[in-house]
Amino acid sequence: MTTRRKDKNHKWALAFVIVNMVLFTLFFAWPGVLGVYYSFTDYTGISANFIGLENYVNLFQDKSFYKAMGRTFLYTVLSVPLLYVFSLLISVLLVNKYTKGKGIAKIIFFFPWLISPLVAGVIFRWMFGESFGFINYALGLIGIDPISWSSDGNMALMVVLFATIWGGTAFNMLIMMSALMNIPKSYYEAADIDGANGWQKFLNITLPSLKPTTFMVILLSVIHSMKEFAMVQSLTNGGPGTDNTFLVQYIYQTGFDQRNIGYASAVSMVLFVILLLFALINMKVEERSKI
Amino acid sequence: MTAKSRTTSILLTTIVAILAVVYLFPILWLLLSSFKPGSELFSYPLKFFPDEITFGNYEYAWATMEFTKYVMNTLMVTVATTVLTVLASASCGYALAKYNYKWLSVFFLCILTTTMLPTEVIMNPTFTVIQTLGLYDSLWGLIIPSINTATGIFMFRQFFQTVPDDLLEAARIDGANEGRIFFGLMLPIAKPIIITLSIFSFQWRWNDYVWPLLVISDPNKYTVQVALRSIVGADNIDWVLLLSASVISILPMVLIFTVFQRYIMDTGASSGLKD
Repeated sequence: MTTRRKDKNHKWALAFVIVNMVLFTLFFAWPGVLGVYYSFTDYTGISANFIGLENYVNLFQDKSFYKAMGRTFLYTVLSVPLLYVFSLLISVLLVNKYTKGKGIAKIIFFFPWLISPLVAGVIFRWMFGESFGFINYALGLIGIDPISWSSDGNMALMVVLFATIWGGTAFNMLIMMSALMNIPKSYYEAADIDGANGWQKFLNITLPSLKPTTFMVILLSVIHSMKEFAMVQSLTNGGPGTDNTFLVQYIYQTGFDQRNIGYASAVSMVLFVILLLFALINMKVEERSKI
Repeated sequence: MTAKSRTTSILLTTIVAILAVVYLFPILWLLLSSFKPGSELFSYPLKFFPDEITFGNYEYAWATMEFTKYVMNTLMVTVATTVLTVLASASCGYALAKYNYKWLSVFFLCILTTTMLPTEVIMNPTFTVIQTLGLYDSLWGLIIPSINTATGIFMFRQFFQTVPDDLLEAARIDGANEGRIFFGLMLPIAKPIIITLSIFSFQWRWNDYVWPLLVISDPNKYTVQVALRSIVGADNIDWVLLLSASVISILPMVLIFTVFQRYIMDTGASSGLKD
């Protein structure tokens, strides 16, 4: 009797997951395997010849690939900590009992979440226009020369960073605020009795309690920055020149514009391995920090 | 209130106020600029508020671009995907939380890996798959692949894990089959997660750029984001058009936010996100 019911449940379980299973196979596993295959061929959209590791060999001698990868890394290394600090600062302020006007502030900080990356790019491009933007105009009013926000590669990266932090805070804030509210009040009360000040409480109670959330936020942010595409498309289109062409845009340009699909797929695989390695390291460090 | 806590309050409120102004400014500047006539947009000295408020840019955008069409396309894709993704994620998350089979754990691991290999990374092979399945240049090509979302599955799995097994056993003893238990009992109590995921899915689909870029080529099937891209991608950007079109593209999200604000901002509802 029990075995029969169990078998029946088996079928139900399958029925419940079958849609996701089919979709996973069609739109994840299949393109994933196809990508691995393409990366060993000279596929350009018509016919594919097996060329072994040639794409990978060429890739690791390609200056433009290193440039795109280096720029993506630089962007990630800068944007992830900055985004974390701003999200944490805002979340801590918004759950603090001494802060006034939390209701309206929450809505303002959350608003950018509604806006698509493409439009976020448009907004920052408009604000940071070299000859017509508000920022250079405002700087001019206080006697600062206009900054080359779009013709200097590093300045353009800075604008991309501003836009990333502006657009990314809201989501992190939602996660962090709920984690902050779950920290037992008694911890802080005990610290008060011991005479700890606000900063000490933050370092010794808030930060350690947030650890699991921190690991998740960092992992999600890293994946997000490594695949940044839409916002940069409208903000700088990878420019000036190719100065801020990140990996996904590089894949798009080689794969679709130049129809060099085999080569682009090899780049995809490298990016996948990087993301996977980072996720594994993140997991390992998290495990270790628990002990 | 003691003098010390008053100082703290003033200090913290000031920091929040400064940050709020910084975060509000970009959107405010977009909005104000969109009401300035084209001649005023680039004339120095720039003024914060428009000299004369005009709706001309919006009329121009509406006349130049077929917004009704783009909005309808996007709306259809967004609503269809959202309904389907809620149903699929709920049943999948439920199965992962309530049945103990080895193959289910393996499948859960598979779902985890999808977060490591986003579609952006494998655009070329995905394009081949879309073509092979006959989904190229069809709105279904935007809907079907987007039904499967790891975040949605996590949210429901997390939620159903907190539902006591006794509830299920009681229903089983009463003779309800697994399907009735799920649709009659489990789905209704998951309402907060259904609403949260619906809002998330609406935002993801409305603002999605990568899938429409891959799948759609016929301008009659453009979504709002791809239509915007055609303005930004031009050699000489028509800012008058771009600014008002951008504002139009945000409006539906603002409407959704106004209606469902408490479900998004009530941080308890999003707790399913932390895994």
